[in-house]
Amino acid sequence: MNPTDTTLTELRDAIASKSISAAEATQTYLNRIEAHDGGLHSYHEVYTERAMKQATAVDDGEVTGPLAGVPIAIKDLLCTDYGHTTCSSKMLANFQAPYTATAVQRLEDAGAVILGKTNMDEFAMGSSTENSANVTTRNPWDTDRVPGGSSGGSAAAIAADLCAASIGSDTGGSIRQPAALCGVVGMKPTYGRISRYGLIAFASSLDQIGPFTHTVADTALLLKVMMGHDPLDSTSASVPVPGDIDQVDEAPKNLRIGIAKEYMSDSNDPAVAAATQQAIDVYKDHGAQIVEVDLPHTEYGIPVYYIVATAEASSNLARFDGVHYGHRTDKAEDLIDLYCRSRAEGFGDEVKRRIMLGTYALSSGYYDAYYDRALKVRRLIANDFDTAFKDCDAILCPTTTAPAFKIGEKSDDPLSMYLNDVYTVNCNLAGNAGISLPGGTTVVDGKELPIGVQLLGPSFDESRLLKIARVYESATNYYTKRPQL
Amino acid sequence: MSTPKPISEDDVRQVAKLSRLHVTDEDVHHFTGQLAAVLDYIGKLNELDVDGVEPMVHPMELVNVLRPDREQPGITTDSALANAPAKTPPFFKVPKVLGDGPSA
Repeated sequence: MNPTDTTLTELRDAIASKSISAAEATQTYLNRIEAHDGGLHSYHEVYTERAMKQATAVDDGEVTGPLAGVPIAIKDLLCTDYGHTTCSSKMLANFQAPYTATAVQRLEDAGAVILGKTNMDEFAMGSSTENSANVTTRNPWDTDRVPGGSSGGSAAAIAADLCAASIGSDTGGSIRQPAALCGVVGMKPTYGRISRYGLIAFASSLDQIGPFTHTVADTALLLKVMMGHDPLDSTSASVPVPGDIDQVDEAPKNLRIGIAKEYMSDSNDPAVAAATQQAIDVYKDHGAQIVEVDLPHTEYGIPVYYIVATAEASSNLARFDGVHYGHRTDKAEDLIDLYCRSRAEGFGDEVKRRIMLGTYALSSGYYDAYYDRALKVRRLIANDFDTAFKDCDAILCPTTTAPAFKIGEKSDDPLSMYLNDVYTVNCNLAGNAGISLPGGTTVVDGKELPIGVQLLGPSFDESRLLKIARVYESATNYYTKRPQL
Repeated sequence: MSTPKPISEDDVRQVAKLSRLHVTDEDVHHFTGQLAAVLDYIGKLNELDVDGVEPMVHPMELVNVLRPDREQPGITTDSALANAPAKTPPFFKVPKVLGDGPSA
């Protein structure tokens, strides 16, 4: 088996037909992690022994399922009752969760082998992994550049074939943006599709778990396993998962692709604009109708997001108090001082900024001006999508304005970092589904860098969105390009 | 609607206190500039007329999701205490709350 030209589906089938053992496949990925991750830092923790045990159980016929023996990496904010779950924060450096997240449990129940946990921006706050308390993950295409974030470790791990697939979370673009920058498929399903039980919360009305894979079919396979109602998450949707979700090769008929001028800005990198135009042409050749749609409130997405997400974060992160779990200062004079110092020592600057911004937006005298107003504009943004999806089946747009930026380039300027999410964030605010697909590469400073193409679809119709995505993938096959390690 | 005045260093100190974050003078100075820039950008929301728009707090407008009122296994005391930085089982241990120490 050669991981660099194998898809998850192919590997799954090879294990099922016993042309390769699960143990051999797992060992191959563990060897690649050993050989290459020292330069990439995509993993925070690798479960070598446990993974080999899981693989052996598959080979012995004790474990079966649609993912039997497939090695997968998970973002370090998904709780497991083994190993550590740290959110790449000093606050949770030694945290051992007492239970396993539903999404991870469903993967394991389907036979998946969990290789380890991946590096991320602390508490999922960032777009580059530079906010990790541990280390910055490197982009496998150019190690001077960021992999994107916050799920940057998961994106880099699959891009470098250090796993057969990986799992991330997307609050404002944290799956799709790193997928674009690393040249892989990354999907945020509709809000509520995958249980958030055991996902350490950042912004509860925006957070959604999703996969990173090389192909659309692989993403469909993982969604089929992970999606569906969970009684342990009251916000998980009771909407049935369509049985044909993994039939991605059924070409959609009477397809209408929406183009919104708000996403076709002149400030897009020329290579990004060209990739988007090429995708439009692919759909035209397929016989799709290209329709113009209006998303007039697009430019208000980032301001709304940085109120809503920070307000929710300020509340969610109040639980880290130095008492129940997590970092505790050894300098406290009294209880309040214990809270303040434990949190000041345990959180990094970006997390502190967001907690303070959210607290400010919710505080007396500012609530109406900021929080309430942001919620109203959020409604206008969601209405824009509802109107647009009456005229089209999916909106085609770039995932990011430009390919991967250099490490350090934006780390001192929070606002310019925030603007990374300009094409991804509205999908989270509205709650609908979005997927980023490999859109080819462009050469910058002598290095090939991936470009992402994004499709946004209506809520709870991932099945059709994946079939639409597959049309572009089968016409381009960009996923076969892999970085030289 | 009136635009709130720019965030000041005193505001940041107050917000840090509400957020239960210990900050140094240097932190306050640093964060004030950064938060002011972000809030200035957020001020863009004042361009819109939002009169009569229903606030959207969540993508799924759910109320009172209830499960059947039946006893279910939960986390054990040992498990709940396992990550506690200081404990005297079955309790979490904290510094004195009332008494002679300075209080906030």
